[in-house]
Amino acid sequence: MRQAMPKQAAEERAQNFAEVALGYTLEQAIAEANRCLQCKRPLCVEGCPVHIDIPGFLKLLAEGNPIPALAKIKEQNSLPAICGRVCPQENQCEGRCVVGIKGDPIAIGNLERFVADYAREVGQEPVLTPAQSLDKKVAVIGSGPAGLAAAADLAQFGYQVTVFESLHAAGGVLRYGIPEFRLPKDIVQHEIDAISELGVEIVTNHLIGQTLTLDDLFEAGYSAIFIGTGAGLPNFLNIPGENLNGVYSANEFLTRVNLMKAYLPEYDTPIKVGQKVAVVGAGNVAMDAARTAKRLGAEEVRIVYRRSRQEMPARLEEIENAEEEGILFSLLTNPVEMIGDESNTVKVLRCQRMTLGEPDQSGRRNPVPVPNEYIDLSADTVIVAIGQGPNPVLLRGTEGLALTERGYIKVNDENLMTSIPGVFAAGDIVTGAATVIQAMGAGRKAASAIHAYLLEQEGN
Amino acid sequence: MRIVEKRILAKGICLFVIEAPLIAKKAEPGQFVIVRHKENGERIPLTIADYNRDQGTITLVCHGIGKSTQEINQLNQGDSFLDVLGPLGLAMPIEKVGKVLCVAGGLGVAPMYPITRILKAAGNHIISIIGARSQEMLIMTEEMEAVSNQIHYCTDDGSFGHHGFVTDVLSQVLQEQEIDLVVAIGPLPMMAAVAKITKEFAVPTQVSLNALMVDGTGMCGGCRVTIGEKTKFACVDGPVFDAHQVNFAELLSRQNFYRDQEQAALHQCRIGVGR
Ligand code: FES
Repeated sequence: MRQAMPKQAAEERAQNFAEVALGYTLEQAIAEANRCLQCKRPLCVEGCPVHIDIPGFLKLLAEGNPIPALAKIKEQNSLPAICGRVCPQENQCEGRCVVGIKGDPIAIGNLERFVADYAREVGQEPVLTPAQSLDKKVAVIGSGPAGLAAAADLAQFGYQVTVFESLHAAGGVLRYGIPEFRLPKDIVQHEIDAISELGVEIVTNHLIGQTLTLDDLFEAGYSAIFIGTGAGLPNFLNIPGENLNGVYSANEFLTRVNLMKAYLPEYDTPIKVGQKVAVVGAGNVAMDAARTAKRLGAEEVRIVYRRSRQEMPARLEEIENAEEEGILFSLLTNPVEMIGDESNTVKVLRCQRMTLGEPDQSGRRNPVPVPNEYIDLSADTVIVAIGQGPNPVLLRGTEGLALTERGYIKVNDENLMTSIPGVFAAGDIVTGAATVIQAMGAGRKAASAIHAYLLEQEGN
Repeated sequence: MRIVEKRILAKGICLFVIEAPLIAKKAEPGQFVIVRHKENGERIPLTIADYNRDQGTITLVCHGIGKSTQEINQLNQGDSFLDVLGPLGLAMPIEKVGKVLCVAGGLGVAPMYPITRILKAAGNHIISIIGARSQEMLIMTEEMEAVSNQIHYCTDDGSFGHHGFVTDVLSQVLQEQEIDLVVAIGPLPMMAAVAKITKEFAVPTQVSLNALMVDGTGMCGGCRVTIGEKTKFACVDGPVFDAHQVNFAELLSRQNFYRDQEQAALHQCRIGVGR
C-alpha cells in the first residue's frame, strides 16, 4: 500500500500558513521506495520532463541511502525539494508507473521531496562541481523555474552565468505565486542558494528591456542570452465592474501575500480580504488564491467556474485540499458583471448559469449559457485567476525579436533559438502558461542548445 | 543604492540624489523607479525627478504620507535604499509643438521638472503654472524657473502668487493665448480639473498617473486604469496618458482603497515611537 502523506488537519491548517503536507519519516520513505518494481524499461522516466533516473534513486533510498539518492536526482534536477512538492506527478512519472495499473503508483513526488528535505535537515548535501571552467559568460533573464534550471546546467557545463531578476527576490513564480503552505519560501531559497553555490550570480532589481537591453548584455561580454521571463500580464474577464476596488488578479493577490508577506504583521504590505471571497477560475492558481483568502480570515470562499468539475484544470490533490478546508464551488457559473457599492467596492458578482455543450477540439466540453438564468453571489473580494498572457516589457524593447500571433516569443523548435542569433528562450514566455517542471525541462533543453551553439561558435 | 545627497524641500517632502548608474544611463522624462527602504517595507513607486548620466545619479522626491514614505524620508546622506528598480514605464514622447503649458501641483513639480527641461530643449516655449498649499510647500522653484519662459505661482492660502488654484490661471492663459500642449502632474483632483478645462479648449493634454503598484513590471495588474474604454496597466502602458481619456473617478477610488490600513499602520508606528 502506498504510504499516505501525513498532513496538518484541515480545520487547523486553514488558520495558518505552515506547510500542509508534513513529509514522510525515513521508515515510511524506505517502505514506499521498496514498492518500486525496478522495471527494466521504466516508463516513469519517460513521463518525467527532465528524465530523472527514478528507479535509480528509489533503489538507493530503499537501501537506506537517502543522500546518494538525492545526488542521483540532482544529476537531472536542480530543484528537487520544489519539484517534489509542486509537480503534477499524477500526469507525469506516477501517471506512467506500472504499479499504478493495478494499485496505487509509487509516490515518486513524495519521495523526491523526502530525500531533498532529509539531506537539507541533516546538512549533508551532495556538492556538485562544474565539469570545467569555460571563459565565457551567459546571461539568463528571469529567475523562475526555466531560468534557474538553465542557469544550473550552464554553470555545470562551466560557463560564468548571471541571472537577472526584476523583483527584489529570486524565484519567479516559486517566490511570488505559490503560497507558503504549499511551498515554503525557506526551501525555495535553499535550492536557489545551491544554484548560487555552483557559481551562478543572481542579480535582482534588473528589469531587462528597461534597466539593460539585450544589446547592452552582448556589449557587456555575454556570449549568449537565455530568456525565461515567464508569462506575466494577468488576463481579466473584460466584464463591467472589473476595476472596482476589491477586485484582484490572482497575481496581485498572491504577490502581496507571498512576495510581500502581507500575512505577517511585521510587514507593511496592505491587503484587504472581505468576509465573502469569490475566486474566478479553477486552476492551481485559483486554488492557491482561495486557500490563501481562507487563511487570511475570509468567512466564505468560493470558486466560481464556468465549466463542470471534470474540466477543472487544477490538480486533484489541490482541489481536495481546498474542499477539505471548506472552500465552496459554484460550477457551471460564469461571471458577467461585478457590481459595487457607493465607495466603488465590489459587493456582488453577477453570474450566468451555464450548461455543457459539445466537446471542442481539445475534447473539453464547452460551456454554453442558459438563457435568462442569473445568480447574484455576494462577494466583497473577487480574485480573477484565469491565466495570463506574455509580458510586453522585454518584447517591445527588443528590435528584431520575432513573436508568434499570440505575442509569445517565436523560437526554433530544435534549439530554442529566437530570431536573434545567440538569444534563446523557453518556458511560459514561449509556450504560454505551463507547469514548473515543464518550464524547467525547457530551460534545460535551452541550456544544452546554448552549449552546442557556443561550442560551434568556438569552432568557427 | 547609496544616497549621496538629501535635501528637505518642504515639510514632509525630501529630495534624494542616489547612486544608480544603470538607471541614470537609461532614464527618460516621465519614467519612475520602485524602491524599498528595508526588508519588510513596501515597494514604493517614485517618479524620477532628475538624472545625471555622467555622475550616474538619479534624483527622487518623496512625500511622507504613508508609513513607508515617512520612513524613507528619515534616510540620510550616506544611507542606502535596499532596492531600486528602474527605469520603469514609458518615457513621455517629446516633440517640438510650439507653446506648452506645464501645470504642476504639490509634489508633481518633481516629475514635471525633467519633462519641462526636455520640452524646452526641444525648442518649445514653456509657460509653467506651479501650485501648492502655501509658500513653504512650493518646491523646486529655481529649477522650474530656469527651464520656463514664463512662470505663474498659485497658493491655496494666498501666501505667494495667485490666491487660488492652478486651474484659475490655466483658464486665464487658455483664454488669452493659443496653447499647443498641456502637461499636468499633481494630485488626481487637480489633474482631473485640468483635463476638464483643457477639453473645453480642445488642447491636447498629457498627465502622469500615480496608480497603486506592486511589481511595476506588468505582472500583477494592480495598477490598472481605464483609458477611453480600455483597461491599461499604468506601469507598462504609462504612467503618462492622454488626460481626456482617463477615468479619474475610478482611479481616485482605487488610490484610496487602502487608506484606512495605511492610517492604522501610521498610527501604530507613532505609538511605537512614543514608547
Ligand atoms: S504594478 Fe503590477 S502590473 Fe503594474
